[in-house]
Amino acid sequence: MIGANHYLILSGILFSIGLIGVLRRKNLLMLFFATEIMLNAVNIAFAAIGAFYGDLSGQMFAFFIIAVAASEVAVGLGLLIILYKKHHSLDLDVISTMKG
Amino acid sequence: MYEVIAFYLFAISTVVLFAITALSKNVLYAMTALAAGMVIISGFFFLLGADFLGVVQLIVYVGAVMALYAFAMMFFDSTKDVKEKHANPSLVFLLGGLMALVFVVMFSAPIIGENIEALYPAVEGVGNSQAVGMVLFTKYLVPFEVAAVMLLVAMIAGIILAGKKMDYSLTTNDDIPLVDENSRDEILKEKSR
Repeated sequence: MIGANHYLILSGILFSIGLIGVLRRKNLLMLFFATEIMLNAVNIAFAAIGAFYGDLSGQMFAFFIIAVAASEVAVGLGLLIILYKKHHSLDLDVISTMKG
Repeated sequence: MYEVIAFYLFAISTVVLFAITALSKNVLYAMTALAAGMVIISGFFFLLGADFLGVVQLIVYVGAVMALYAFAMMFFDSTKDVKEKHANPSLVFLLGGLMALVFVVMFSAPIIGENIEALYPAVEGVGNSQAVGMVLFTKYLVPFEVAAVMLLVAMIAGIILAGKKMDYSLTTNDDIPLVDENSRDEILKEKSR
């Protein structure tokens, strides 16, 4: 039978996939995709814990995470367009301005 | 029985789809795989009995967020492969694997938790949407209102940020010198100096 453990381990695996994406991506748009994966993985963990302990707080936190993700995408894509206008590239090596 | 089959089917497909998203070179493939993965994640929510959350996931993530990404992708050239310079790819996978281990242990810590109690137990005899409404508009009313203000701020910020200097084309960059591959390399060379 599927218990909370299965869901938690799955969400850990998905979070790690997102983390590998964040570590290896150099394109800003792809970096955003990787952060979305991480947010979704955490949502699964919250919903699973909430369901198996009969508590609705898990679902509430998942709702607020979805709201935060939506606003993050709106602001992030605005900044992305500004960066593209300025540098004509989304490569992190090109748009980084700090030396080091 | 069906729950087990559904769980493993969904789990394998999400892992494969998100791996495509994290590793693919093509923006279009990555975005399509991400959208498909989001749809299947809503399947997990339905399996867990969180019907309302599943519907919100479908509407907000697959509907709104992916549409936003699709629009953003139209500004940039999405047909050619993304060139990424990886200085040390094996190190990334080593770090990622180590972090994966840590996160799996961390996320599965509630397995050994003994004294976990439901703070706001689900109300008996009502559907999931009704129970969610009862908790959301009593215990979580203030965060709900703050989230509404945050979404308004994000909307205004998105309009202001993206709407500036929209009178010239982003894709052709008519009145602005184009950065081609050679000058891109020059910029990189200058930076590494």
